[in-house]
Amino acid sequence: MDFVLLIFLPIVAALFVPMLFRKLKGIHTGWFVLVVPVLLFGYYTTFLSTTMDGGHAISELQWIPSLGISFVSYIDGLSILFSLLITGIGALVVLYSIFYLDKNKEKLGNFYVYLLIFMTAMLGVVQSDNVISLYLFWELTSISSFLLIGYWFTRDRSRFGALKSMMITVFGGLMMLGGFILLGIMGGTFSIRELIAQSSTFINHEFFTLSLILILLGAFTKSAQFPFYIWLPDAMEAPTPVSAYLHSATMVKAGLYLVARFTPIFAVSEVWIWLVTGIGLLTLFWGSIFAVKQTDLKAILAFSTVSQLGLIMSLLGAGAITFHTNEAIFALAMFAALFHLINHATFKGSLFMIAGIVDHETGTRDIRKLGGLMSIMPISFTVAFIGSMSMAGLPPFNGFLSKEMFLDSMFALRDFSLFNFDTWGIVFPIVAWIASVFTFIYSFYFVFKTFAGKRKKEKLPLEPHEAPIGMLLSPIILASLVVVIFFIPNVVGKWLVKPAVMAVQPYEYAHPSEVAVTVSAWHGFASPALWMTVGVIIIGALLYLSLSKWQKIYSIQPDHLSLNAVYDATMTFSEKGMNRLSRFYMNGLIRTYLIYIFAFVSVITLSVLFIQDAFVVDMSSFTEVNSFGIINAIILVLGVIFILFSKTRLGAIIALGAVGYSVALFFVIFKAPDLALTQLVIETVSVALFLLAFQHLPKLSDHGETKRNKLANAIIALGVGVTVTLVALSAHSQKLISSISQYYIDTVKTEAGGGNIVNVILVDYRGFDTLFEIAVLSIAGIGVLGMIKLRLAKKEDSNENK
Amino acid sequence: MKTNDVILQTTTKLVFFIIFLFSIHIFFAGHYTPGGGFVGGLLTTGAIILLLLAFDLKTVQKALPFNFTIMTGIGLLLALGTASGSIFFNVPFFTHAFDDFTLPLFGVTSLHTAMIFDAGVFLVVVGSAITIIQSIGGDS
Repeated sequence: MDFVLLIFLPIVAALFVPMLFRKLKGIHTGWFVLVVPVLLFGYYTTFLSTTMDGGHAISELQWIPSLGISFVSYIDGLSILFSLLITGIGALVVLYSIFYLDKNKEKLGNFYVYLLIFMTAMLGVVQSDNVISLYLFWELTSISSFLLIGYWFTRDRSRFGALKSMMITVFGGLMMLGGFILLGIMGGTFSIRELIAQSSTFINHEFFTLSLILILLGAFTKSAQFPFYIWLPDAMEAPTPVSAYLHSATMVKAGLYLVARFTPIFAVSEVWIWLVTGIGLLTLFWGSIFAVKQTDLKAILAFSTVSQLGLIMSLLGAGAITFHTNEAIFALAMFAALFHLINHATFKGSLFMIAGIVDHETGTRDIRKLGGLMSIMPISFTVAFIGSMSMAGLPPFNGFLSKEMFLDSMFALRDFSLFNFDTWGIVFPIVAWIASVFTFIYSFYFVFKTFAGKRKKEKLPLEPHEAPIGMLLSPIILASLVVVIFFIPNVVGKWLVKPAVMAVQPYEYAHPSEVAVTVSAWHGFASPALWMTVGVIIIGALLYLSLSKWQKIYSIQPDHLSLNAVYDATMTFSEKGMNRLSRFYMNGLIRTYLIYIFAFVSVITLSVLFIQDAFVVDMSSFTEVNSFGIINAIILVLGVIFILFSKTRLGAIIALGAVGYSVALFFVIFKAPDLALTQLVIETVSVALFLLAFQHLPKLSDHGETKRNKLANAIIALGVGVTVTLVALSAHSQKLISSISQYYIDTVKTEAGGGNIVNVILVDYRGFDTLFEIAVLSIAGIGVLGMIKLRLAKKEDSNENK
Repeated sequence: MKTNDVILQTTTKLVFFIIFLFSIHIFFAGHYTPGGGFVGGLLTTGAIILLLLAFDLKTVQKALPFNFTIMTGIGLLLALGTASGSIFFNVPFFTHAFDDFTLPLFGVTSLHTAMIFDAGVFLVVVGSAITIIQSIGGDS
């Protein structure tokens, strides 16, 4: 079976969603949609046996073969890990949304169409082997994310958040496309596998670093890394299922996927390792610190997602070091990165769903109004507790395992001796440790400020009660995974993580079993990670307990000095600045625009003509002039002069007709009957049209023109005339390539079955031209109709209003 | 003021058909002698304009009860359909086919898919030109 087609299954299913939503009002549309991710998840699990052996599967669908662009579904350890994440979490999110979104109040048709488009896009991103189709799917995720964030489009904040995420991620996407094209130039192919195979030849290429930075820009904007993370908190305006799905589990991990996928190509570079590790760690630090500032449940989770993404990013950077050294600890980093990616999806998904449940059941997400929900919502509390403790990095939850591995890896960077890491390496474990302390604080802050303490009953908009079981089902499944993974980390490692590690580092391993990592919860007292964790718990607990004393520190930062303010200022500036720039030369007068056009055409053509020394007149190629021609030319010139000095419009129109007819006569003289015929009829029709429109035209006036204006116009008019004449003469005098006429003469009978070359050119040889010309003609006709009919309708309206 | 245009109207009634028939001739002859869909369409347009000049817009609309906007669409579809029809015969887009057929009355006639394409051009030219003229002329 061509499983590349399965990428498109969700988007095809999306076609039926609006119909199902409209026709079957009684059943929540989500139940039908649920089938898609469940089926796909089931199907993709069958690949596990292949990828576990380090194998891969390929299925290809040609798209534009001539440009080397195709849809290729390349499933290896890394792709399958992401595909399962997308379909698995997707199924749980759809299940959750069935209870979260009311089937009678919400526009479910829109919601599920967007969600399914996203699913296709995301599967496409993680499976595409062709960078161009990868880019296509990448932008499609941005667009579907835009639509989903703006799902409640009547809210100002939703539209703002949607636009912000779109601007930032599409900016990154475009940069990434540039990087891809540079890679394509270097490698002569768009296939990632082929690029990886010859990556060793890229290192000294002048485009290497540039393409590296461009691709990282794409990854960093998508995965909300510093300083681009600002879109993610605003994206929380989306319905909670979307936040759980796109903005924590899948889409924001596309950047991580990209970094992992391109590691084999770029790991050799110092810039790559510094940027990925450094920016990742900075993001981890920044996000964790600002998470504690937030008061909205989802905003806390958004900042925690930013910070966790940074954590995984820094691990990917540290993992790339294996390219330069064989120390086992860095192999651990890559394993930890992908392992934490799974763990993060489980615990953060469940936490988002709980935040949604709290919002749904109490009517608010403001943590200042919440508290004491533990006794009313015991199940939600348990799930939230498990998720938060895992996020804080405590046993017996999966977050503990990957967090320990993270701390170990960061600690090891201290000893890495290449690229000046021995000077600056000590910063890494310190920053990682501080960030972990804050992670601990915001995890506790999230769960205990919501569920523990005293209830502030009077402030809640709704009377809180436990959520229905259907809504709890998905978070419960995720939370149980959080616990289960803690006890069987090596099974997960064997099935999912090690094949993925192998896919990321093909130069290191020939088989997944060679990834020598065994995850264990206990490393003995000598392990630095253990003592770092102990330190995190002690300091974190102390800081959490004194939170109310120092949380005010955050208000020191003024609003106008934030990254958000920078974004707002950029947007306002570009909007106003561009407006001013356009107004500067767009004054709304057609004559001005014509002056621009004609002036530029003649200046550019004339200068090219003279710079290239292309102006040649060959007198010998001219036809002899006969007396008819001379008389005709005199009439033509007289007609033109008459137009120029005509005082009435009617006179000018008639003179224009005369000019046209004398041109037609020239065609007759030079034996071009087709042209003559067409010219004659065109002149007739256009003069008639002028006469028809005559009564609507305003009186001929000078538009307040001065002498200087007129002089400028005359110069431009003269320039255009000279240009056209010179081009015509030069074109006639020298032929760079021999004329195609002979080919037409030779083939008109045999190839086209016709006799009149002019017409055969129109309908056959250059049929495309004609096709587009008549299309333009139709558009013009409909345009005129539309403009005049619309104006008529307006007139009637204003009359009625009187 | 009422102008006396009996001569114009009477001549027009006759001349219209001459021009129209000539345009049809030119359209069909186009593949071998000067002419074709574009010129043919323009000539028909010219004939209709003559009618418009001699009579008023309403009379012409009554005499020629076509929706010219739809005619434009039909023409465009015809042209595009001819061009894309070749795809179904596994030849590149816009490949024309032609052959000689023996037809009753006409004898041996060369039939060409280019003619269908040209008919599309004809209809688009007439349709959009008259649409423009009708909208501008009808706006007062």
